[in-house]
Amino acid sequence: MEFLQYFGGVFEPTSFLLLIGGTIGGLILGATPGLSPTMAVALLIPFTFQLAPTQGLILLGAAYTSTVAGGAVSAILLRIPGAPANIATALDGNAMAVQGQGAKALHISFLSSGIGGVIGVFLLIFLTPVLAKWALLFGPSHLFWMAILGVTVIGSLDSKSFVKGLLSGCLGLWLSMIGYDDIQGAQRFIFHDALTGGVSIITALIGIFAIPQVIEMLAVGRQRQDIAAVTVSKQPFLESVKLTLSSVKSLSIGTVIGSFIGLIPGVGGQIAGLLAYDQTKKFSKNPESFGQGNPQGVIAAESANNAMVGPSLVPLLTLSIPGSPTAAVLLGGLLIHGIFPGGDLFDNHPEVIWTFINSMLIGQILMVVFGIWVAGYAAKVAQVPKAIMASAVLVLAVFGAYSVQQSMGDVYVMFVLGVAMYFLEKFGFSAAPLVLGLILGPIAEANFIQGSMIANAMNGPFEYFMMGSLNLFLIVLVLASIAWSFVTSRKEAKNAAAAGDA
Amino acid sequence: MKLRLIASAVLAAASLTAAPIVAAEYPDRPVSLMVSYGAGGATDFQARIVTMVAGNEEYLGQPMVIINKPGAGGRVGWNWFASEADSDGYTMGAYNIPHFIAQSIEGGVKYSAESFEPIANWGADPAVVVVGADSPYNTIEELVGFATENPGKVTLSGAGLYVGHHIAALQIEKATGAKMAYIPTKGGGAAAMKAVIAGDVIAGVNNLSDAFRAREAGNVKILAVADLERSDFLPDVPTLKEAGFDVDNSSVNFRGVMVPKGTDPAIIEKLAATVPQMFENARVAKQMQAGGSPMHIMTRDEVLEMWAAREETLQDLLAGLK
Repeated sequence: MEFLQYFGGVFEPTSFLLLIGGTIGGLILGATPGLSPTMAVALLIPFTFQLAPTQGLILLGAAYTSTVAGGAVSAILLRIPGAPANIATALDGNAMAVQGQGAKALHISFLSSGIGGVIGVFLLIFLTPVLAKWALLFGPSHLFWMAILGVTVIGSLDSKSFVKGLLSGCLGLWLSMIGYDDIQGAQRFIFHDALTGGVSIITALIGIFAIPQVIEMLAVGRQRQDIAAVTVSKQPFLESVKLTLSSVKSLSIGTVIGSFIGLIPGVGGQIAGLLAYDQTKKFSKNPESFGQGNPQGVIAAESANNAMVGPSLVPLLTLSIPGSPTAAVLLGGLLIHGIFPGGDLFDNHPEVIWTFINSMLIGQILMVVFGIWVAGYAAKVAQVPKAIMASAVLVLAVFGAYSVQQSMGDVYVMFVLGVAMYFLEKFGFSAAPLVLGLILGPIAEANFIQGSMIANAMNGPFEYFMMGSLNLFLIVLVLASIAWSFVTSRKEAKNAAAAGDA
Repeated sequence: MKLRLIASAVLAAASLTAAPIVAAEYPDRPVSLMVSYGAGGATDFQARIVTMVAGNEEYLGQPMVIINKPGAGGRVGWNWFASEADSDGYTMGAYNIPHFIAQSIEGGVKYSAESFEPIANWGADPAVVVVGADSPYNTIEELVGFATENPGKVTLSGAGLYVGHHIAALQIEKATGAKMAYIPTKGGGAAAMKAVIAGDVIAGVNNLSDAFRAREAGNVKILAVADLERSDFLPDVPTLKEAGFDVDNSSVNFRGVMVPKGTDPAIIEKLAATVPQMFENARVAKQMQAGGSPMHIMTRDEVLEMWAAREETLQDLLAGLK
């Protein structure tokens, strides 16, 4: 309960103003496509030079939590996930916004982010020593199986056809191979200079989600009769609260998966939302409603990606190992104030570290408040005429792709991927499996090769990858996930056949 | 040759008239500094600190803006800097030695030491050999002894290929004659350090600054430093040379600033005179110290010499690798 005595620090005037500023700024940065939480935190670090350590960390902590949630805004309203963590949010969230339920989608997205986030921070507060050991358990072989587990959900994710889902997943895996390979020193598929560094996930995200939409909007034309009138329904706040709180199943799946994945260094929060979404869909009574605007999809994805924030700091704060790119940036923020993370951090600088953690707790709540406040206005975006919308999205897409590394090359890559995706969608392929392939490819590949290299110095690959309780446990999960996909696709085929007969 | 003579004659003529004025007014707008690693990485983090006083009148009088162009272990940024960056003095770049020289020897990139003009060096982060806190090895001799008896059994993690860690591992193998398995990681030094702490590998090569922190946290033992002298941060850790292994400072990660080839000599001269002073600023030193980032300020001439020396050692070391 040590953290309680440092709550005062958060509410000192300057600190609290920074917390509010960080939260609002984080929401805006998060909602801007291309500005991922990692970049937002990195952009803020120079501002902390002039601040006291505690205040600097409050700013960074608040920005981290709120950018993760802010990414949901563009995912829901524009179907452009602000960061990889928000991909799953876009699937149902945008469907809801198109139906005029944008306010509802934003409400539940912020509420479930807040709930997941607070639970995640509590895990960080109470279970850090236990979790730190857990985070170290995962070696290359285990990370490889984790990635394979992710691959098994590709087929069933947001696709009418299992086979087409797998095919777009393969395409994503292939895209992930482009560029210079750090581990074997090979240059792969570098047809153009812009590809030397590989296809950045953010660039790909923007391209394949935003560009097909822009083309669709422009294809509709400007005739008045073509514009589908969207009535944006008002959403009483209490109803959203009721809906979120009654979705215990989705919330728990999201929170558990999010905190678990956040903990493992090297996997990061990128897949937490997608895995949670997939599990919620599998356990749902009507999985076919997912992707059509099912609020449960938003709740699972958003609770997962904010639950990840707290635990993802465990390896950083206890072992000084940043488990995710954002944690690495935060490490820089700590070092600049002469604070060295490690086991004795909580003894040496309790006031700094507890104030930091507390500020993330309060930050989660402020984020919900501000998020809900703007939700009603933001939802009106759905009524903007298509021609104006298309140009606005296009500007944001170019800006976002360019800002990743100040490179026009990325903008070209974004356009090529986007136009290709437009045609793929015409043939029934969808974007989410492709992105998942792109994210999982490097994790699976790097860990497989590292694992093989280590295994060759030990007792051979079979023992290294197939033995040990954690390996076996993950293999069983992989097999179960594959079996489940077969069973459900058979059932669906039967249902479809039955429907065809009738 | 003849063309070059004419060109230099033209340049000289031009510098007689235009250059002094350009150099006198330079810089009259903010200067950008390209970092070929991501925001938040060690190079980016240090670059932001050492340039924070650039706006002071006694230094550049104009702020310096960091531009990150990460990818492919730095190749994306340096390719851009060698082929596309303007050589008007307003685009500077951060270099990492031995990375970019080793990469240019490996091939497939658009740059070499010839493509850039160094201005000044700000930091030097040597590579160290680390093992987990509960490892049975307490000295570098014990580790090398085991590696000699069990060829190929010692796994050694490090951050990628053709970086300081990789160079250090190659030098250690060469000096000890013991065959080891170098395991490059994706995700930089942090991932390599995690592999050591978690026991995924037997030992690792990592940055002194990161290893120092990991040791403070009680996670690792540092067995040796791959540098010519012991570090002020780790006075109790021997250098590899002291332990009897012929490993010099070729793997030390030197960081500094440079401009593209073809930049006005007057501007280079002006920068070479002011930038080292900027690095010596007390506020810069204080922040670097707080961040555990070892400083090592070198002038343009010293850097030119160091680049040439590196080029030579790395040519020899990497010759057998291709």
